[in-house]
Amino acid sequence: MMEKLIIGRYLPADSVVHGMDPRAKLLFIFIFVLIIFLANNPVTYTLLGAFTLFAVFLSKVKLRFLVNGLKPVLILILFTFLLHVFFTKEGDMIARIGFLTIYEGGVIKGVFISLRFFLLIFVTSLLTLTTPPISVTDGIESLFGPLRKIKVPVHELALMMSISLRFIPTLLDETDKIMKAQMARGADFSSGSIPDRVKAVIPLLIPLFVSAFKRAEELAVAMEARGYKGSEGRTKYRLLHWSLRDTMAMLLLGALSAALFMLRS
Amino acid sequence: MDIKLREIEYRYAAGTPFERSAIADVTFDIPSGQYVAIIGHTGSGKSTVLQHLNVLLKPLKGEVQIGNRTVSSGRKEKNLKDVRRRVGIVFQFPEHQLFEETVEKDICFGPMNFGVMEEDAKKRARAAIQLVGLPEEVLGKSPFDLSGGQMRRVAIAGVLAMKPDVLVLDEPTAGLDPRGRQDMMDMFAKLQKENGMTCVLVTHSMEDAARYADTIVIMHKGRVFRTGAARDIFSDAGSLTDVGLDVPETVRFQRLFEQRLGRPLGKVCLTPEELAAEVGRLRGEQS
Repeated sequence: MMEKLIIGRYLPADSVVHGMDPRAKLLFIFIFVLIIFLANNPVTYTLLGAFTLFAVFLSKVKLRFLVNGLKPVLILILFTFLLHVFFTKEGDMIARIGFLTIYEGGVIKGVFISLRFFLLIFVTSLLTLTTPPISVTDGIESLFGPLRKIKVPVHELALMMSISLRFIPTLLDETDKIMKAQMARGADFSSGSIPDRVKAVIPLLIPLFVSAFKRAEELAVAMEARGYKGSEGRTKYRLLHWSLRDTMAMLLLGALSAALFMLRS
Repeated sequence: MDIKLREIEYRYAAGTPFERSAIADVTFDIPSGQYVAIIGHTGSGKSTVLQHLNVLLKPLKGEVQIGNRTVSSGRKEKNLKDVRRRVGIVFQFPEHQLFEETVEKDICFGPMNFGVMEEDAKKRARAAIQLVGLPEEVLGKSPFDLSGGQMRRVAIAGVLAMKPDVLVLDEPTAGLDPRGRQDMMDMFAKLQKENGMTCVLVTHSMEDAARYADTIVIMHKGRVFRTGAARDIFSDAGSLTDVGLDVPETVRFQRLFEQRLGRPLGKVCLTPEELAAEVGRLRGEQS
């Protein structure tokens, strides 16, 4: 079950997108997420879609895999789609089912909003799939660096982020292990009434919390033992390089934004 | 209860780019009442095989026969409680699975899941805590107040209290002190001999495998490399080193001894006791 979740997973490969500077990728996504909202007609959506597919193609991530990864959020998208279909009252009326009337504008809006979701998820998954979590946090730390001037503990925040990202797979593994151990003792996580199921989670949650706290404690001790004292005077092992392709990507994005501005209605 | 594995195959994350093969073409038997050791290098697929023994995993190919029940791919499995009660698995570092307020409640968790009444479960808890060599006072304590070794014993007691027909142990003594190790392993062997319990032991310790197991299964790169009686397996040091394993210390000592002596002893000795007897016999011959 958890094996299917692709959010937050890194897929090592050798591609143009993998090789980009994480700062460039982060900026790119930030701007992309903003300009998605510029699109408001078929032409602009096609343009955005084509651009996204092009990025996917460059990243060498299989499209089928990204689509599979959408499954967990599909319900959410379907829900918003239906919400728009039934409750937006614009344009001509198309059909009437009982007390619900469907308008043309609603269907169009529903399709657009769903597309927007798809694009957002595609692009953000592309970031995590092509960038190791540690680079993401390096990128964030570097981008937020200026905030240090106003005493924001940027390094510490980035460290917290990378630690939590780092331990997601560990905790998932741990959950799987404990679940299996309790199932071997006859615990049943997948049937019974709702209160029964809530109760069934206790044997899973308590060991999980205990080990998470233990792990945090051990990590803290290990860091102290190695003389960790935060960002003060700390040099970087992984240096970020802004290269030509990053500039190119930003220029391309600029061109896309300009095109969207011109083509939107 | 016999367990038969027939050409089972399993892959993790099947159908995603993260797919990796764990085991393939694994076939061996665990006859009722026997002590079977599964040995192999880290990552050889031992733990994956284990999880097939009580249907925590279902094979993607092949089938597993557990008593008179057959598990194969494609079929949806319902009512696994009976299988899970009859095949008790003690996972690696089982102390991580403790969660209840008291040791007693934690030990009762398994039996009560399988429909044992509370009174009876408590009786079982008392019996089980004695089996693992802890005083009865421990029953009233919180499992989180115990030492690591004691927690391990409580977790093992929790599985023993289910009264399984087949006891599956994944590195049960890793990290215990030598004395505790010995006691624990002797206790399992006693349960197997006296109560007719089937024992499956996954271990890195060639010494334990040699001392306790009737049959040994060697796993290598997700496949069964060899199966055979302990004595046959450990007579062939060459093929063991090929798969990153070694013979027990006793056998190694015997080989060196034989080199010095200039002739082999009567048989391959699996335990220091056996070897001492064999060497003693040698002295008897000479005088």
